[in-house]
Amino acid sequence: MNEKPKKLINTKGLRLDGRKPNELRSVKIDVGILPNADGSAYIEHGKNKILAGAFGPREMHPKHLQQADRMVLRCRYHMAPFSVPERKSPAPSRRENELSKVIRDALLPAVFIENYPRTGVDVFIEVLQADGGTRCASITAASLALADAGIPMRDLVVACAAGKVDNKIALDLMDIEDKIGTADVPVAYMPNLNAITLLQMDGKLSLKEFENAVEIATGGCKQIYEIQKEALKKKYEIIEQEEEVE
Amino acid sequence: MSSLLTRVKLQQIKKAIEEGKRLDQRNLNEYRAFSIEQGAIEKAEGSARVKLGKTEVLVGIKVEVGTPYADTPNNGVMTVNAELVPLASSTFEPGPPGDEAIELSRIVDRGIRESEAIDTEKLCIIPGKKVFVVFVDIYVLNHDGNLIDASAMAAVSALMNTKMHNYEIVDEEVIIKQGYTPLPMNDFPITVTLGKIVDKLFIDPGLEEEEVMDSRLSIAFTGKGEICAMQKGGSGYFTAEQLKEAMSLAQSTAESQRKKLKW
Repeated sequence: MNEKPKKLINTKGLRLDGRKPNELRSVKIDVGILPNADGSAYIEHGKNKILAGAFGPREMHPKHLQQADRMVLRCRYHMAPFSVPERKSPAPSRRENELSKVIRDALLPAVFIENYPRTGVDVFIEVLQADGGTRCASITAASLALADAGIPMRDLVVACAAGKVDNKIALDLMDIEDKIGTADVPVAYMPNLNAITLLQMDGKLSLKEFENAVEIATGGCKQIYEIQKEALKKKYEIIEQEEEVE
Repeated sequence: MSSLLTRVKLQQIKKAIEEGKRLDQRNLNEYRAFSIEQGAIEKAEGSARVKLGKTEVLVGIKVEVGTPYADTPNNGVMTVNAELVPLASSTFEPGPPGDEAIELSRIVDRGIRESEAIDTEKLCIIPGKKVFVVFVDIYVLNHDGNLIDASAMAAVSALMNTKMHNYEIVDEEVIIKQGYTPLPMNDFPITVTLGKIVDKLFIDPGLEEEEVMDSRLSIAFTGKGEICAMQKGGSGYFTAEQLKEAMSLAQSTAESQRKKLKW
């Protein structure tokens, strides 16, 4: 509907929303906002608005999927019909199914699944509004939901993308940069273990550009990690205060 | 499947209601406190988030160009869809909408459609060929009872907040222009749901009350106070006298809700 802008980075080196190439969008996170879930988190990453809820560890259904020696982690990434400019059918698309799988693979390395044999944990992710980078913001929220559910983890998983726009490597692409830009590299990361748990890429990059993209993406992850930890602590501070009042 | 503890609690709820009391200290004719936040989703043409007690529903509206039904060539189209998203309750499962979600969307649909809340004639672009289609998507984010009233309230609030793209017609093609026009509305229906246990009626059932009630009645009222849609649910029944009592209770509740909502 609107004309596509020709340049994504202006002569002053700033992007369409005024960010520098290596600058994150604003990130706001709340933990424990869904009363019926065992753990939950809400993230606003730029214009992305995403809810994640974790249920479990609980009895695994259907039973034949139970594992005798570990917990089964299931993830479902789903977009609300009104989350994107053209209404999306509520039935899961191939893209949503793939993202559900890669998000699960990104979270699994963090969870002590061997501590909970025969159980299941479900993580449900609902994208209420999408603006590029939803898989990354979903992982950031989902790992908080797991932590909030009290599931023991090696580290929080945090995710952020980097990409190439107007021939420059830039951090945390928004929708329009992802669509017109020439490459996108989402990365999920456990900062304490220096471990990358999700890595995808589309577009064209030289080896050097790719290394640079991963480096600035993990740099972005580290910044979000601080916000993630604060959000988790904040929930338990509130509980402490309530106890003092009593 | 309910455990012993919950079965004891359900018995208590039942007993209290038979004595004219409720476990959450409400009167039988008392609604839970609610709040409405409009425009929470900027990318949707309209949206509203309603909290009714701990029940939370988000409604997003998308407006797109489509074709009219053959029998109403001069009217725009509205469709309502409800998703009981699995993070709203441990009893909701992923998958296509089940009976409960379909019933919910159809009750909300009827309240809006039969009150003629949307002026669908103004949604016509080229008669018989192109009209605006209004998609009302109900997204239940937390289930704590009475999804019907919360969803209906969120749907109407979201429609009030909806804008349509400006357009022009060039050679029978619709060209979207800059700027928006508010969705033309004629009415703002209010839906009131009540539950029944034995011969006691109570307004706005909570989740645990829903588990023990015999039956449910949802009634939608137009701005003038006419009844425009109704649905009975649950395995119980209403006698003619109970129905009369239910109607007058629902009507007075709808009036006081309308004052609170300032619709």
